[in-house]
Amino acid sequence: MATVEKTKSVEKQKSDVVLNYFRPRKKLPSVWCAGCGNGIVMSALIRAIDKLGYSKDEVAMVSGIGCTSRMPIYLDFSALHTTHGRALAFATGIKFAKPHMKVIVITGDGDCLAIGGNHFIHACRRNIDITAILINNHIYGMTGGQGSPTTPSGSISTTTPYGNVEKNFDPCKLAEAAGASFVARGTVYHTPQLEKAITKALDHNGFSLVEVISNCHTYYGRLNRRGDAVSMLNAFKENSVTTAKAKKLSPEEMEGKFLIGTLHEDDRTEFCDEYQKVVDAHMGEK
Amino acid sequence: MVDTQRTLLLGNLAAVEGAIYAGMRFYAGYPITPSTEVAEGCSRELPKIGGRFIQMEDEISSIGAVVGASVSGMKAMTATSGPGFSLMQENIGYAYITETPCVVINVQRGGPSTGLPTKVSQSDTMQARWGPHGDYTAIVVAPSTVGDTVTETIRAFNLSERFRTPVVILMDEIIGHQRELISLPKPGEHQVINRVKATVPPEEFQPFRLTANGVSPMAAYGEGYRTISTGLTHDPMGFTTNEPKEIKVKLDKLRNKIMDFRSEITKLRVEMMDDAEIAFVSYGSVSRAVLLAVALARSAGVKVGLVQLYTVWPFPDNKLRDYCQKCQKIIVPELNMGQIVHEIRRVMPPDTEIHSLQRYDGEILTPMQILEKLEEVM
Repeated sequence: MATVEKTKSVEKQKSDVVLNYFRPRKKLPSVWCAGCGNGIVMSALIRAIDKLGYSKDEVAMVSGIGCTSRMPIYLDFSALHTTHGRALAFATGIKFAKPHMKVIVITGDGDCLAIGGNHFIHACRRNIDITAILINNHIYGMTGGQGSPTTPSGSISTTTPYGNVEKNFDPCKLAEAAGASFVARGTVYHTPQLEKAITKALDHNGFSLVEVISNCHTYYGRLNRRGDAVSMLNAFKENSVTTAKAKKLSPEEMEGKFLIGTLHEDDRTEFCDEYQKVVDAHMGEK
Repeated sequence: MVDTQRTLLLGNLAAVEGAIYAGMRFYAGYPITPSTEVAEGCSRELPKIGGRFIQMEDEISSIGAVVGASVSGMKAMTATSGPGFSLMQENIGYAYITETPCVVINVQRGGPSTGLPTKVSQSDTMQARWGPHGDYTAIVVAPSTVGDTVTETIRAFNLSERFRTPVVILMDEIIGHQRELISLPKPGEHQVINRVKATVPPEEFQPFRLTANGVSPMAAYGEGYRTISTGLTHDPMGFTTNEPKEIKVKLDKLRNKIMDFRSEITKLRVEMMDDAEIAFVSYGSVSRAVLLAVALARSAGVKVGLVQLYTVWPFPDNKLRDYCQKCQKIIVPELNMGQIVHEIRRVMPPDTEIHSLQRYDGEILTPMQILEKLEEVM
């Protein structure tokens, strides 16, 4: 009984923290479907920001277009809700203009990896200190369930009615290869781990990506018979393996599973820091 | 930076000088002929004054980064040419609806598509006005000399800050790649306008509030206001809206803040128009050839004059009508298939004879060709 009470009280504290970060005067509910993973990611992100003690004024949240990209509108930070796929470009302008700001990009698999793919690899390459939270639900939600660059081969969407013939991206491998200095993956099932991953990403100086495997039960789930939000979350639990545990597993045992945890971390130099060196060296020259 | 004395300067670098004079400290761009020297100049000069230069992965991201820097409080600019200008249009539209000041230079070359990268053209005149989809009102200025490029760039930034809107500078390959001996302005010689900043307490602040002069004060990111900018149609708070009344208010604001102050924005050069019976109306580098043609025609006793548009958009309806009211004939020389000529037809009384003089083979209109057209019209 005492444990239940304690759990309730911890949960209350957690939700109180989240409520502190909603944008005043903004009417809710959100545009998200009941059971959408976006809310879980938003809560984890807020708790990470709160834990790191960032002031609301030093955070800028930037997004493009899609269900996920509505998030900055609901939160009490400077918000730039931009054009489809371009969030990282706008975010680069903010970070470079005001390097002391914590710039967070909220994006989805279509926004970041299809129309925004070029900006994504170049933000990774520059290693500019932006944290990108990529909520990957494997489908275009807002426009009604079309195939995205992460729609698994063979999956059904409204534009792949006979099964997806294309190969899908692994955004984490893509980011690492392009030069991102922090890459992690989480799911909307593993919320404490997700909060930790986001905290580490925010605290990292350099480009950081957190890919969050999330559920679009409304489209992906329905079209591919994956059940409701709860069954999809349970599937994330079944199919994910932490990086620590994966070391002990054979390739056969890893078949059909995906990794969660920190996938890559290095201390490459950060873009704004390097540019500042150029300014310091040439300031005042004629 | 070049000293404030007589200096031989490339047109594209004159744009850099003008921009820095106006307070530009952020440049994002992508190389494209014939605008590239603007980027190169900024990459050299900006670190020396604590500014920022970034070469982005394309023109789409360049204008994106410019908007990001502007909402963070910096004066920001990009420069491009035809194909790059086409790529930028969606995010220029974003700057219109979010009322974000910024300057976009288009050093025009021939098109469509890759067209004529090293040849002059004025074929983006209509694109500069109507490039992004949707309803909005654009401010577009056009210099005709290297010296003009400095002052028009300063003016473009001033208009951009004053009206919280993107401003397009329509240069062309001739101006961009021409060197002329000019005097750079001394500090204080030109007024420099900065955007009106938010002063009310954050809880009372409305980033898109209607004001008497149509322009809402602006809060930079990171300075306590935590505003929203969204490309979705929004109310005065910046919240997205589908309410017909609120939609109309927003779109009216985008138009009225400029059209109600048109006389403040339009700028024309008027030469020998007092007794002119025939007028040339031109803009950009063509105006130089027209000016010589007008001088030659005058020396032969022909009553002809020039009205040069430094502000191409919004179009100076009333001023042009006033200056040309005694002219029975107007000749409109352009390096395109006839674009601004339609505006002149719209504005002038129906009995005015309006002639379009066009060249679109990548070469300039020479004074002789302009005189030939004059003879033909007379």
